[in-house]
Amino acid sequence: VIPAAFDYVRAGSAEEAIALIGEHGEEAKFLAGGHSLLPLMKLRLAQPSVLVDIGRVSDLSYIRDAGDHVAIGALTRHRDVETSDLLAQHLPLLAHAASHVGDPQVRHRGTIGGSIAHADPASDLPATTLALGATYVAQGPNGTREIAASDFYQGFLTSSLDAEEMLTEIRVPKMQGAGWSFQKFNRRAQDWAIVGVAAWRRNGDSGVALVNMGSTPILATSVSAAIASGASIEDAAAQAVAEAEPQADLNASVEYRTHLAKVLVRRALTEASA
Amino acid sequence: MTMTDTAPGRTVLGTRMLRKEDPALLTGEAKFTADMHVPGALHLAVLRSPYAHATINSVDVSEALKAPGVKAAYTGADLMPLWGGPMPCAWPVTADMKNPAHYPLAVGKAAFAGDGVACVLADSANFAQDALELIKVDYTSHAVVTDLEDALSDRVVIHDELGTNKSYTWDLKIEGEPGQVDAAFAAAAFTTKERFIQQRLIPAAMEPRAVLAMPQPFGGEMTLYSATQIPHILKIFVGILCGIPEHKMRVIAPSVGGGFGSKLNVYAEELLCTALALKHKVPVRWTEERSEAAMSTIHGRAQIQDIELAADADGKLTAIRVRLIGDMGAYLQLVAPGVPLLGAFLYAGVYELPLAYDFSCTSVFTNMTPTDAYRGAGRPEATYAIERSMDALASKMGIDPLELRRRNFIPKQKYPYTAFTGLVYDSGDHDAAASKAAEMVDYAGLRARQAEQNVAGATKRLGVGLSTYFEMCGLAPSRVLASLNYGAGGWEAATVRVLPTNRIQVVTGTAPHGQGHETAWSMIAAEKLGVDPADVDVLHSDTAIAPYGLDTYGSRSLPVGGVAIAIACDGVIDKARKIAAHQMEANEEDLEFSGGTFRVKGSPDKEMPLAGVAWAAFTAHNLPDGMEPNLEHHTHYDPPNFSWPFGTHICVVEVDTETGQVEVLKYVAVDDCGVQVNPMIVDGQVHGGVVQGMAQALYEGAVYDSDGNLKNPTLAEYLVPSAADVPPITLGHTVTPSPTNQLGVKGVGEAGTIGAAPAVINAIVDALSGLGVRDVLMPASPNNVWNAINAAQGGNS
Repeated sequence: VIPAAFDYVRAGSAEEAIALIGEHGEEAKFLAGGHSLLPLMKLRLAQPSVLVDIGRVSDLSYIRDAGDHVAIGALTRHRDVETSDLLAQHLPLLAHAASHVGDPQVRHRGTIGGSIAHADPASDLPATTLALGATYVAQGPNGTREIAASDFYQGFLTSSLDAEEMLTEIRVPKMQGAGWSFQKFNRRAQDWAIVGVAAWRRNGDSGVALVNMGSTPILATSVSAAIASGASIEDAAAQAVAEAEPQADLNASVEYRTHLAKVLVRRALTEASA
Repeated sequence: MTMTDTAPGRTVLGTRMLRKEDPALLTGEAKFTADMHVPGALHLAVLRSPYAHATINSVDVSEALKAPGVKAAYTGADLMPLWGGPMPCAWPVTADMKNPAHYPLAVGKAAFAGDGVACVLADSANFAQDALELIKVDYTSHAVVTDLEDALSDRVVIHDELGTNKSYTWDLKIEGEPGQVDAAFAAAAFTTKERFIQQRLIPAAMEPRAVLAMPQPFGGEMTLYSATQIPHILKIFVGILCGIPEHKMRVIAPSVGGGFGSKLNVYAEELLCTALALKHKVPVRWTEERSEAAMSTIHGRAQIQDIELAADADGKLTAIRVRLIGDMGAYLQLVAPGVPLLGAFLYAGVYELPLAYDFSCTSVFTNMTPTDAYRGAGRPEATYAIERSMDALASKMGIDPLELRRRNFIPKQKYPYTAFTGLVYDSGDHDAAASKAAEMVDYAGLRARQAEQNVAGATKRLGVGLSTYFEMCGLAPSRVLASLNYGAGGWEAATVRVLPTNRIQVVTGTAPHGQGHETAWSMIAAEKLGVDPADVDVLHSDTAIAPYGLDTYGSRSLPVGGVAIAIACDGVIDKARKIAAHQMEANEEDLEFSGGTFRVKGSPDKEMPLAGVAWAAFTAHNLPDGMEPNLEHHTHYDPPNFSWPFGTHICVVEVDTETGQVEVLKYVAVDDCGVQVNPMIVDGQVHGGVVQGMAQALYEGAVYDSDGNLKNPTLAEYLVPSAADVPPITLGHTVTPSPTNQLGVKGVGEAGTIGAAPAVINAIVDALSGLGVRDVLMPASPNNVWNAINAAQGGNS
C-alpha cells in the first residue's frame, strides 16, 4: 500500500494541466478521481514521478444538452452520470451503466473521463459509450480534436490520446427512445464485470459492445450486422464473440467467457427489443 | 442444570444490551496497534521471496543500507544468533511428527512465495519499503509442490533435512470388535464414497497484523503490542525465543480487528520487532500490508477428504471411514497439525454411530503459505464431509435428506450421550432444531414448488440444502488436550474485584478481538452481583494486568472464560455473605442474596447491600476473625467437558443453468448455543459465521499457479463477500442449556461457519440433481457450476 515516491502538482484549468504534463514529460500522469491509477501505484505497478491533479478543474464537470447529443465533461463523477435527469431522458443506458460502476464510494470519486482514458476493457463506461457511438474530445497543447470511440481504444489500458493530451468531453448521441439493456455479470456487486454487454436497438439499428472480452472494449459489429439483416435474436447473439478475443482469468476460462458472452448478448437483445 | 444465583428472575443475562465496545470503535477512538503514536520508532519491512521454492545463494543488503532513512538491514543468517530456537509448533500430534526448523527469516532456502529472506529498519515505513527494492538476493529456484498428492509422492522434497514431505499420519480407529468397520461395509445395504476438496482460504481479518515492540529504558523489560488473539501464549514464546525472562515480558493486545484464528500464532514479525528492539534499544514496529497478509499470515482449511459411509436398509449409519490429506503449507505453525484432529471426532455429525469408525489423516508440506486454525478449525471440514455425504446417501436411497437425518439423529432422551469416540455430548435436541428450521423455511412447500419448477429445460432451478451440525467447543478440558498431545491446557482464569465504592473489576484471561467480551463479561458479573453492567469494567489482553490466561479461540471464551467469571463472582458472594452475616449478626445460612443485597430470611428489615459489604471489607474495621480485607476472588477454571452447540441450517438457492450463477433466495439458521448471555451478540456471531461459511461455498479460495505464486493476494481478486452480496439470513434459536456449567452456556463463535458451507453446496447440488450433477467444487463460482453442469451433461450445456 505504499507507493513509490512521487511529486504532486495541482492544475487549476485544463490548459494548466496540459502545460504541466508537457513540462514534466512522460513520467507524469493525470490524476482525476484516482480510482484506477492509485491502486496501481500502491501495488507499485505504476510509478509515475509526477501526478498532475485535475480533480479540481471544476469547469470540466457538467452534463449538457447539445441538440442531437449530450455533452459530458470528463471530470463528471459517476454518481452525477447515474442520477442525471437529462441522461435518464436521453441516454438511460449510460445512466444505468454508471450505476453499476464499483460501489457508492467509487461512484462518488471516480469520473467518466478517468474511466475512459484509463481504457480498461473490464470497465463499464468505455464499452457503454462505445456501444452508443460516442465521440471523445481531447485537448492538447495545439488545441482540441475529436476521436470516435471506435478509434480510441488501442490495446490493454492504451488509448489513442497523445502523452500531452487530456480527455475533456464525452459526446454521446441521444438514444431517441431506443430499447436498451445493460448486462453486467459478476460475482460480487462491487467487482468488474466477468463479461458485460451494453446494447441498444431501434428496429434494425443497434449498437452492442462487450465488456472484458478482449484487450479493449469490443464493438460487436457482427451482431449489429445480423440484426440489420433481419436475423433472429438467437442467431444474432451467436455472432457475439466474432470480434472478441477473450482471455482466461481467475473468474472465467476462455470457453466459459465465450459462452457467457453469447448468453448475455441474447438476453440483452431480448430486453432491448421488448 | 443449576443456575443458582441467576435464575429465575434474571435481569441482565439474556437481554440485548448494546455493546460497550462500540462507541469507541464507531467513533474511531479505539486504539489499534498501528494507532500507537511512538516517536522515534523504527519501521520494519520484510523482503519476501518471490519464489515458492528456492535456494538462497546470497543476500546483499549493502545498497539498502545506503538508502535514505535506513538504520539497519539484515539477512536471515545475520539474525540467527538472536534466536533462542525455531518458531514454535505447540501441537506435536505424534511422537514421530516431522517439523522443519522455521526461523523468522529463512536461511538457506525459501519454502514459499512470501517467506521472509531479509529485513530493513528505517525511520519510516516508506523508507523501509523503498530500501527493500535495493536488496539483492541470488536465488536458485527449484521445482514446486502445490498439489497434496504430488507432495506425498516426494517427487520434490521441500525440506531436505526431513527427507520427505510427509509430516505425520494420525489414526483414530474405533471398533467394538476387530474388523467391525470392514464387516459393516461388507454388510451395508447402502454405501457412499465421496471425495471433497476443502480449498485454501485466506482469513482476511479486517485489521491486518501489526506489531510494536517497546524496550523499557531500564530494567530489561519489553512491552510488545500486537494485533493478536493470544497475548498470554505469545508472552511465553516471544520471551523464550528472544531471550527475555517471562517476568520482564509484557504483551498487550489493544483493540484487535478480527482474527478468525489467523492471529492465533507466533509470527516472524513479532519476533523480529522484539529482537531488533532489544538489539537497537529503540521501539520497532511493523504494520502488515493487505497483499502481504495474503502471503504471510496463515491460511485455513486446505484438505482433501475421502469419506465413505455404510448404512443399513433404513439408512441408519453402520460405519464411517475417512482418509484425509492435510496441507500444512511450507512449515508447521502453532497448532496446525492438530486442526484435522479437532475434526476427527465430528465426522459422524449429530448422528448415532456404532463403534465402527476408521479415521486417518496424513499431513504434508507444500510450497505454499503455512496453514493453521481458521474459524471452526477442522470442524467445518468434518461437518461438510458428513453433511454432503448424508445428501449423497439420501439421494442413493431415494429418500428426503431431512428424513434420512431424522432417522440418524441422536435422540434427545439419550443425552448426555456417550459417543463412539468416548466423548460425552452434553445436551441436544436435533429434531427440535431441524423441525424449527424446516417450519421457518416452509420445507414442504419448497419441495412442492421445486417439483413444479425443475422441469426439463428449466433454466432457473430451485435447490434446498440442509446441514445439521455439532460445534465441539469450549476448548477444552486440559486432560483431554493432554491425550491429544497439545502443548498447553484449556483452563481459563478470572478475577472479580469489588472496589471500595462498589464498582466491579473483572480481570479475564480471554483476549477478545471483536467478540464483545467487555459487554458479555460485564453482564455475567452484573447478573451475579446485582449491579449495573455500567459499573463493571473488564480488564483483559494485557499480561501485566491479567497475567494468567489462555486467550481466545475455538469458541472457548464464554463456556470457559465466562464461566470462570461466574465462579469468581460466587467466590466474592461467599465472602461477602460471611461479612454481611457478621455485620448483621445473623447466620450465614439465613442470608439470601438477590438484586445486590443480602437479606435475612424472615426479617425483611434486616438487609445489607453489596456496597456496604465492599466498604466494610475495605475498611476492615469489623470483619470476622481471621478474614483478610477486601472483596476479591481469583479462580482458574478447567472445564469438565467440551460444550456441544448444535443446529440446523437450510439454504434455498436458484441456479441459472445457462450462466452457472447461484442466487441464495433464503437462508434459515436455527442454532442452539445453550443459554444466551446477549442474544444480539449471538445473532451477530451467527450472521458473521454464516457469511464466512457461505463465502467458502461461493466466493473464496486462494489460487496458486504451478510455480507456487498466489494469484489472488488482493481483495479485488480474493472475493470476500460484501454486504451487498449477502442474502437475508433468518435466524431461529432453540435453547438447550449445557448441564456442565452453571450458566448453561455453550459458545457460538464458530457455529455459523460450520453449518453454512454444506447447506449452500447441498442446495446447489439439489437444484442441479435433475441434470445429473452430484458435486460442485468450492467455491461454487459460476464457472465451476457451469463446468459441473457440462460434465454431468457429457460436455454439452
